[in-house]
Amino acid sequence: MTRFSAWSVFCNGLTGQKGWDRQWRDPEPKSGYEVVIVGGGIHGLATACYLARNHGITNIAVLEKGWIGGGNAGRNTTIVRSNYFRPGNREFYEHSLNLWENLSHELNYNVMFSQRSHVSLLHSPAAIDRAARGYNIMRLTGSDGELWSLDALKKNVPHLNYGEDARFPIFGAAVQRRAGTARHDAVAWGYARAADQAGVDIIQNCEVLGVTRDGGEIRSLETSRGTISGRKFGFAVAGNTSRLWQMAGLGALPIETHKLQAFVTEPLKPLLDQVVVFGVGGTHFYMSQSDKGGLVFGGDLDWYKSYAQRGSLPIVQDVAECAVSMMPCLGRIRLVRHWSGAVDMSMDGSFFMCKTPLDNLYLNGGWNYGGFKASPASGWYFADLIANNRPHETIANHDLKRFERGYHIDERGAGPDPKLHG
Amino acid sequence: MSKRLDTKARIDRGRPLTFHWDGRTLPGYAGDTLASALMANNQRVVGRSFKYHRPRGIMSAGVEESGALVTLGDGNRRDPNVRATTQELYQGLVARGQNAWPNVRFDLGGAANLFSRFFAAGFYYKTFMGLPPFEWGRGTGYWMTYEKLIRRAAGMGEATRLPDPDIYDHVHGFCDLLVVGSGPAGVAAARLAAQAGLDVILIEQDFELGGSTLNRAEQATVDLSDTSVRVLTRTTAFGLYDNGVAGLLQRVTDHLSRPPPDQPRQRFWTVRATQTILATGALERSLAFGHNDLPGIMTISAARCYLNRFAVLAGQEITIATCNDSAYGAAVELAQAGAQVRVLESRTLAPQQLSQRALEAGIEIETNTAPLLARGGKSVEQIEVARGDGTAWRAGGVRACDLLLVSGGWSPVVNLQSHRGATPVWSRENACFLPGESDGSLHMAGSAAGIWGTDACVRSGEAAAAAAARTLGRTAPNVDAPRPGGWHHPIQAIYEIRVPGRRLKSFVDFQHDVTSDDVRLAKREGFVSVEHLKRYTTLGMATDQGKMGNIIGLALMAEALGKDIPEVGTTRFRPPYTPISLGALTGRNKARHFRAVRRTPMHDWNRAKNCTMTDAGLWRRPWYAARGEETLQQAYIREATTVRQAVGLCDVTSLGKIAVQGPDATEFLNRIYSNPFAKLAVGKARYGIMLRDDGLVMDDGTTWRLADTDYFMTTTTANAAKVLVWLEELLQLRWPDLKVHVTSVTDQWAACAVAGPKSRQVLEACFENAADVSDDSCPFMGVLQGHLKNGIPCRIARISFSGERAYEIYVPSDYGPALMDLLWAAAEPLAGCLYGLEALGTLRIEKGHVTGAELDGRVTIEDAGLGKMAAKNKSFIGSALRNRPALNDENRPRLVGIFPKDRAETFNGGSILCRPQTLSGHGEGWITGVTHSPTLGHWIGIGFIAGGHHPWSGKTVIAADPLRKGNIEVEIVSPQMVDPEGTRHYG
Amino acid sequence: MIRIPCPFCGERDHSEFTYGGDGSITYPPLGASAKQWHDAVFQRRNIRGLQTETWHHVFGCRAWLRVERDTRTHEIKSVRAAHPGGQRALDKTP
Repeated sequence: MTRFSAWSVFCNGLTGQKGWDRQWRDPEPKSGYEVVIVGGGIHGLATACYLARNHGITNIAVLEKGWIGGGNAGRNTTIVRSNYFRPGNREFYEHSLNLWENLSHELNYNVMFSQRSHVSLLHSPAAIDRAARGYNIMRLTGSDGELWSLDALKKNVPHLNYGEDARFPIFGAAVQRRAGTARHDAVAWGYARAADQAGVDIIQNCEVLGVTRDGGEIRSLETSRGTISGRKFGFAVAGNTSRLWQMAGLGALPIETHKLQAFVTEPLKPLLDQVVVFGVGGTHFYMSQSDKGGLVFGGDLDWYKSYAQRGSLPIVQDVAECAVSMMPCLGRIRLVRHWSGAVDMSMDGSFFMCKTPLDNLYLNGGWNYGGFKASPASGWYFADLIANNRPHETIANHDLKRFERGYHIDERGAGPDPKLHG
Repeated sequence: MSKRLDTKARIDRGRPLTFHWDGRTLPGYAGDTLASALMANNQRVVGRSFKYHRPRGIMSAGVEESGALVTLGDGNRRDPNVRATTQELYQGLVARGQNAWPNVRFDLGGAANLFSRFFAAGFYYKTFMGLPPFEWGRGTGYWMTYEKLIRRAAGMGEATRLPDPDIYDHVHGFCDLLVVGSGPAGVAAARLAAQAGLDVILIEQDFELGGSTLNRAEQATVDLSDTSVRVLTRTTAFGLYDNGVAGLLQRVTDHLSRPPPDQPRQRFWTVRATQTILATGALERSLAFGHNDLPGIMTISAARCYLNRFAVLAGQEITIATCNDSAYGAAVELAQAGAQVRVLESRTLAPQQLSQRALEAGIEIETNTAPLLARGGKSVEQIEVARGDGTAWRAGGVRACDLLLVSGGWSPVVNLQSHRGATPVWSRENACFLPGESDGSLHMAGSAAGIWGTDACVRSGEAAAAAAARTLGRTAPNVDAPRPGGWHHPIQAIYEIRVPGRRLKSFVDFQHDVTSDDVRLAKREGFVSVEHLKRYTTLGMATDQGKMGNIIGLALMAEALGKDIPEVGTTRFRPPYTPISLGALTGRNKARHFRAVRRTPMHDWNRAKNCTMTDAGLWRRPWYAARGEETLQQAYIREATTVRQAVGLCDVTSLGKIAVQGPDATEFLNRIYSNPFAKLAVGKARYGIMLRDDGLVMDDGTTWRLADTDYFMTTTTANAAKVLVWLEELLQLRWPDLKVHVTSVTDQWAACAVAGPKSRQVLEACFENAADVSDDSCPFMGVLQGHLKNGIPCRIARISFSGERAYEIYVPSDYGPALMDLLWAAAEPLAGCLYGLEALGTLRIEKGHVTGAELDGRVTIEDAGLGKMAAKNKSFIGSALRNRPALNDENRPRLVGIFPKDRAETFNGGSILCRPQTLSGHGEGWITGVTHSPTLGHWIGIGFIAGGHHPWSGKTVIAADPLRKGNIEVEIVSPQMVDPEGTRHYG
Repeated sequence: MIRIPCPFCGERDHSEFTYGGDGSITYPPLGASAKQWHDAVFQRRNIRGLQTETWHHVFGCRAWLRVERDTRTHEIKSVRAAHPGGQRALDKTP
C-alpha cells in the first residue's frame, strides 16, 4: 500500500491519480476470529488497530452494520480536549490527547488535529474559581491549562459580545491550548487503513442480529453476513449499547440513549480561531470554525430519550440564540445543515470500559458527550483490556459495578439522570 | 452575450432601478432578481469556486444555484454567500463578487487551478502532516502551519464583524393543512382544501405565486384571494419535524432598499399543521462533461425562466443539450426570441411532435449527440460534441455557441419528506428519486411526486387535498391521483459524457469543484458508500447541499461499481432546505434578552441605595453597596463587620419558596428531608437537607410550620425550580397516596434578611407593638405571622445564615419596597447597612455554612459536615444508597476551614490542597471559597480535604494554584471559624 | 418537535414539557435494600421501540404524565395522568 506523503501526492498528480488503492480491503467475513469487535466507529477501529500494534493480535474482525464512521464518528462537532478533572477521567483523556498529538504521523493519515485552543467563557468570579479547581488539577497532573483575563480574551477572541448589552458579561476564560479540533471522518478512515494494513478484517454492511451464548461466554454472533465466531468479543457501539447488551441476554445497563444535534453554517473566511464554549444561564454551547470555513456548533441534548437520528426545532432555536448572543456578528450568517446522533448517556456522565458478566465479552460504551475526543485512548485501553483480560488502572473504576460501590465519576455533579450530563 | 429584450415579461418596466455590482452601477427593473439583472447587463463571471477558484457564472434560476454566490450589502449588513438567483433586485442594491482577489473576473487564487491535478479528492488527508516530501516530524506543528494557509484560501464570503442591527420575529402558526409550493399542484390543492372547509396555509419561497408557470411564455397570474387560504410568499419551509411541525422562514424586507423601521427583516414561523402537502416541484439536473462549469452553461429551465419571466435572452448562439422532452418548449421560445438555437439530443430519436415544432422554428436538431467538452476562456465559446451509438460516445466535432443549456433530467424535491425520515425510491423509468412512503399526514403532489404534465400536476394536487380533507373528516370529491411520469418519450438516463482516452475535467459539484474523476478515485480508494463518497470528496456539502450534483455523483458511483443506483443508496437530506439565518432562529432572544432577567420587587430600591448587582442564575441580586469611593473589597468587609457589630439588611427574595400543604404534609417532609421533621411544632422552623435518590446532597433550606397542615419551605436560589419539580414527581409518581399539594410561591413573597446583634431592635421598630418580636414570642428558630407597621402582612422566622442573631422577613411581593423603607428607617439610626452577596459569603464562610459552591452534587451529608443531622431511625429519600461503601470512606474529602500560615497572605478559591512533598496529582482537597474575615482579621477559606480537619491539625498544607498564585502554605482548621459554639445567633 | 396531547391542557409542543425518564420503574419502599434501590435508580432497559415514560407539563398544568412513545419514531401511543386520582377524574369527565 502506498505510503501517504507530499511525494506520493505529487507523483499521483503526474500520473492521473492512478497509484492509489483501496484504503482498506472489503473482505468476506471468515467464520471465526480471535477477537471480534462490534462497531466500526472510531472506537472499534482504534481498538483493532491497537490490538494489532500494541498486543500483536491481528486475527480480528471489526463488524459495522452500515459504513465505517457512520455513527457518531461522523456526527460530532470534532472537539478534542482533556479538561476533565475527576480521577480516572483526567488520566484517560490526557492519554487520549497525547495520542491525538501524534496521531497523523502514527496513522500516516492527516487527521488534521488543530491545537487551536479550547476557550471556556466564564461569567462570574465564582465561575472562575470553579473552573480553577479543574484547571489547577490539570496542571498538577501534567496537562496544560490557563485562565485568561478579559483583556487576554479580547485580544485572542475579538468578536465575542463584550458589550454593555450582554445578558451575562464575560469575566474571563479557562483555556486549554493543546485542545482543538480534528477532522472526524479522517480519524475513522486513518484507523481503518492502519488496522487493515495490520491484517484486520473490516466488514461493513454487517449487522449483528443475534448473539449465541455458550453459558457464561459468547460463542458466536449471528450477522447479516452469516455466523461469525470468536474467542473474545468487544462491543463498541455507543448509542446502541443497550440493544447489543440485550441481544446477549444481559438485561439492563446504567445507560439511556439520547440524541444530540450538531450544526454547520455556510463557509466563511476565517472568523473564529479557537473552540469557544459558552455555558451560562442554563445553556451549553460550543463552536469552532472548520477548515472549510463553516462554523460548527452544538448545544444541549434534545432532553428526551430517542433512537431517531433526527433533531427537534426548539434546540435549533436554542443554539442559534447562544450563537448570536455569544457572537453578535453571526445574526446574518446562515445555517446550512443540522443533524443528530444517538448517544449513550450514562448515569454519572462517564463511560464504561470493563469486563462484563460474560467471560469473553468486553464493553466499551456510555460515552455521553465525550466519545470523539476519547477515541484514541478508548482504542488503546480497550485493546489493553481485551488482550490482558484486566483493566488498566486508569480505567479500573470505569466498570459497571461502580454505582453499587457508590463510586460516581460525575464531572458535573448532576446526579443519576442521564439527560443532565450533557 | 446576454441581453434584455423588449418582450412582455413579469418585470415592471415602469420601475427602473439601479444597483451596484463590484463597484459599477448598472440598470435593472423591479421584479428582477440580481441574477436576471446581472445577465441583462451581460455579466458572465459572478463568482469563484471553492477549491480551484474557477470562474462561476449563473447556472440556474433558483434555490439550487451553486455558482452565483455573491456578497450583499456593506458594514453591519454585509451578507456573504447570497444566491444571486433568488435575491430580488431593489434600488441601490450593493453586491460584490467573493472568494476572489482582486475580483471574480481576475482572481489570483485561480492559480490553484493550475495545480488541480495534484489536488484530487481527499489529497489533504495524504499530506500536510510533516516536512515534505516525506512528512517527517512529529506533532501537529506542520499541519497547523499549513492549516493557516488553507483556512485563508477556503471559506467563501467574508462575514461582517459587527453586530447584526436587524430585528427578527418569531411567529407561531396553526392550520389544518400546510401546502408548500404554489405551482399548479400546490394551488390546486390549496383551492380544493379550502373549498372542503380546511384552514389552509400556502407558502411559496418565490416572491410571486405560480411556481414553474412563471417561466412560461404564456403568463398567467395566480390569485387565491377569492379563497380562505392564507398565503405567504417569500417564505421557505426549511424543515419538517415530528408531528406536523414545519419551520418556515419568511423574508420580510430583504427585497426592500429602505426597510420600514417597524418591520422585522425576517420571520421564523413554527407551524403546526395537521396535514401537509408538499408541492415543492422538481429541479433540473445538469450533466457531467468536460468543463461543464464554464460560465455560459446553465440549465434549460433557467434560460427559459430568464427569457419569459425577466425578458433576458441569456445568449445569442444557443446550444441545448438534452436527454428528455422538457427541452423543446424552451428551445422554441428561445428561437422565437431571436436566438440561433441548436439542440443536441442524446436520444436516437427526437420526439417527433416536439421536434417538428422546433424544426419549424428554425432549430437544428442533432440526435445521438451530447456535449463532450466546453471550450472558452471565462465563458463558453465552443462545444466539442460526442456522437453516440447507443452504447458509447466518440468525439464528434465542434459547434460554436455563446450559451450552452443542459438538461440531464429532473429531480423531484423530496428533501422535506426526507426530513421526516422517509426514504426516497429510485424510478428507473423517470431516472429520478421519487418520494418514499410517508405517514398519512404528509402528501406529495405535482412534480415533487414525479408527475411531469401540468394537468396531471393539478389533478395530483387535488387528489392530495381530497385525501387530506377526508383524513380530517371532511367530504371531498374523489380525485384519482395520477401516476408518476408523463413524458411521451422516455428519458435517457445519462449522467456523464466521456470518450475513451480523453481526460476531461467534468464537474459534479460546481461549488466544491468535485469532478467525476474524484468520484471514481473515491471508488478506487474504497469510499463506495454514498456517505463515504460525500465525505471523502465533499460532494453535496456546499451551500446548495447537492441540489444540482448529488444524483450525478450517485449515478457515477453506481456505474463505477457496476451496480444500480438504488443499490448504492441515497443520502438523507438534512434541514434546512435552504440556508436560514441564525438571526431569524434567534428572534428577539439575544443580547440582554438572551435569557429572562429576574428582578426582585426591591430591585429599584436596592439600586437607589447604590447596590451593585450581580447575576445569580437568572436573578439579579445585590452584590455590595459601596459607600463613597469604596472598592468591592472595602465594601464587603465593612458590610460584614457591620453585621457582626450592629445590623445589616439583605434582599434574599430570590430564595425558592414552596408552600407544602395538606393532611400528609408532615409525613411528606419527613420522607424528603434527611433530618427528622415529624415533630416540628407549629410556629417553628427547621433547617433541612434533602438528598437525591443516590444519597448525595441535593439542596438545603429551612421549612417553617405555619399550621398543622401548612408548611412554608425555602430552597436555595439555584435549585428552586429543580426542587419543586422533584417534589411534584414524588407526589404524583411515587407517593400518590399522600394528600399533599406543593405550590411555588417564590414570586409571591419578597424577603429580607435582618442580621446582627441589633436585628431585634430593628424589628421592634417595625412593629406597632415591640413585644411582638420579643425573644419569647420569636425565639431562635421561631416563626411569627402578623403585621408590621402600616399594616404590612408578614411572616418572620428567626434563622441565621450569617451566624448572628437574625431574622428572615417575608412580605407579599408588592410590599417589598415598603418593607425595605420600614427596615431601613429602623436600621440606619443603629449604624446598620445594606449587605450583598459578597458580605453574605464572608459571613457564611466564617461560620462554615455551605452553599452551592460546596454542595456541588458530589458531596454526602457527612462530607458537608452535617452528618450528625441525618436521622438514624427513619428512612428517607437517599437513605438506602447513601450507605454504599465509597460514600462512607473515612478518607473522603470533608468540609474544613483554611487559614494562611502567614496570616498576611492571601490565597484563591479553586486552589488544590496538597501535601508539601507531593505537589502533583489530584491533591488531598480543594478550596471552594475565600474571603477576608473581618472578625479574624485575615484571609480565610472554606473547602474540603481528605478525612476532614482533625488528621491535618498542626500540619502544613499547600494551597496549590499553578494557574494564578502559585503555592501558599495553609493550615487546616474546623469549618466553624467564628463562634463555633453559636452563642451569637442564640444570644 | 413532538406534540404531546396533555389530558388536561390539550395538544402542546414538547418544549412545554420536561422529559422525566423511564416510566416502567417501580421505586422500592424507602426502607428497601441498597441493591433494590441501585437497580431502580441506575439500571435501565433503554427500550428501542415503544416505551412507557414520564413527562412533566412544567410550563402548563404541572401534571406528571405517563406517555407511551416509540423511541425510534417519536410517535405517541397514549398519554395518561400519572397520578391515579388525576386519571380517575379524567375518566369520569365526559
